[in-house]
Amino acid sequence: MSLLSVQDVTFSYNASKRVLDGVSLTIEPGDSIGLVGESGSGKTTLLRLLLGLTRPSSGSITFNGTPLDPRSARFMRDYRRQVQVVFQDPYSSLDPRQAVLSIVSEPLRALRIPGDHRQMVSDALASVGLERNILGRYPHEFSGGQRQRIAIARAIVAGPSLLLADEAVSALDLSTRIRIVDLLKSLSEQMTLVFVSHDLGVVAALCQKIVILEKGRIVEAGATASILANPQHPYTQRLLSSVPRMPA
Amino acid sequence: MTTLDVISPKRRSHGSVTLWAGLALVGLHIAIGLLTLVWTPYDPTGMSGGRLEAPSWLHWAGTDRLGRDFLTQIMVGSRIALIVGTGAVAIGAALGVTLGILAAFASKLLDDALAATLDILIAFPTLLIAMLVVAASDTANLASAIIAIGIALSAIVARLTRILVKRVLLMDFITAARTSGSSWPAIVFGHVLPNIWPTLSVNFALQFGLAVIAEASLSYLGLGAPPPNASWGRLLQEAQGTVYTAPIGAIAPGIALVSLVIGINLLADGLRDSIDPTRRAR
Ligand SMILES: Nc1ncnc2c1ncn2[C@@H]1O[C@H](COP(=O)(O)OP(=O)(O)OP(=O)(O)O)[C@@H](O)[C@H]1O
Ligand SMILES: [Mg+2]
Repeated sequence: MSLLSVQDVTFSYNASKRVLDGVSLTIEPGDSIGLVGESGSGKTTLLRLLLGLTRPSSGSITFNGTPLDPRSARFMRDYRRQVQVVFQDPYSSLDPRQAVLSIVSEPLRALRIPGDHRQMVSDALASVGLERNILGRYPHEFSGGQRQRIAIARAIVAGPSLLLADEAVSALDLSTRIRIVDLLKSLSEQMTLVFVSHDLGVVAALCQKIVILEKGRIVEAGATASILANPQHPYTQRLLSSVPRMPA
Repeated sequence: MTTLDVISPKRRSHGSVTLWAGLALVGLHIAIGLLTLVWTPYDPTGMSGGRLEAPSWLHWAGTDRLGRDFLTQIMVGSRIALIVGTGAVAIGAALGVTLGILAAFASKLLDDALAATLDILIAFPTLLIAMLVVAASDTANLASAIIAIGIALSAIVARLTRILVKRVLLMDFITAARTSGSSWPAIVFGHVLPNIWPTLSVNFALQFGLAVIAEASLSYLGLGAPPPNASWGRLLQEAQGTVYTAPIGAIAPGIALVSLVIGINLLADGLRDSIDPTRRAR
């Protein structure tokens, strides 16, 4: 059974324009999927629907066969534990008034996950390559790359099966970006990953599958290698030609 | 962020100086206010000397028109000012923050209605609100003045809170809290309030000063603490007629008022700096 299945989803913020139009997509356990599209193509909107933050105007989303229902507290408690997200901007995604311990342990507290939270947080920090003794420090004491690691630690601390990343490396400088991509790649061996980006290069390095979104419609989807080698849709061809040199 | 790091050591020492200065000033007023509950140099309502005496060893700040010791009146005034300021700001903060948060979370329609109501309320002079409260409660006393000032302040607090909350709600860490499974109440208390608190607390300090001054004008119109309550406002107003012959009557309560307002502001500034992790010592 697929992990997450999106069927014919349509969404608009206001009546005048459809931001997502008949989007269908299945995510299998263990997938690492790159969701690619230009700015404004609806990538973040699709993630918000997958996170249950907004509900589709029509169509359905099912998780392990159960329909995603943001109004069911019971379903959402399990869903939140299973599906976590990392945002683009590591500066606004961490509450400046909370110490690392309470930032990273928020899912554990909110979802009332039993166990030694301190220990779980410091394990999560270690697995994203941070030191364990930073629990009492505040976000402003860290660099952008370190902050993004803290955000990733928060996303994985409750042991999710699906990790969504929205432009999670776009705000970082090149060398930091490479290190965070490496981290996400190693995490993708333990969990399913949906990586949103407009950077085909990064997606090619990280994801086995690619989904191309144009103006709210999926125009092409398939294995990374075959799409890069032989793009079918003119939009994909244009995206590819706008990347100076593709890594093989 | 690097710039913040660079200036934070300076901020820190600056913060602790303001904190201590504020604590000292406000502490002095609190100590005097408490002292007047058990002891005053003279009977606050009784004649203890000639009329409008100049400052002397017997009467450090002289006497008023009725021959009452002026220093005693100012000391009692500290107590009244603290009660008025604390009471009005507490009412204004409780009402205002609650309303502001509700407005920020409300549907567009309700939010617009609330915002318009607040604007109208803010345009209402405190005086008019005080008259309404007095009319509703049938008596003019310190409590009615405090309630009236509190209501007037709450509109200002609510409008500020609404804007601050809306700004915080746009941050990614709020979305992260939601996807972490936090409930809205947990988000309000865990993320929203701590992030708007620094700005609010400085505003509360300003409001404290406004409240003390507002009480002064209300007592002048007979809508505040009735005589013989010696609020600084009443003292200032009573000194108006004799400001040229006995200037101490206006200067002394003025200094008392200003020192308390400055003290509260320093205290709020210092507290904000000391609870702000980005400005605190590592
Ligand atoms: N809250 C909102 N209200 C109204 N319209 C919105 C809102 N958020 C996004 N949109 C519109 O929806 C469309 C898709 O936006 P979305 O943020 O999903 O794009 P994106 O693919 O994530 O773009 P980017 O790469 O710039 O992040 C855009 O046209 C945008 O203007
Ligand atoms: Mg986006």
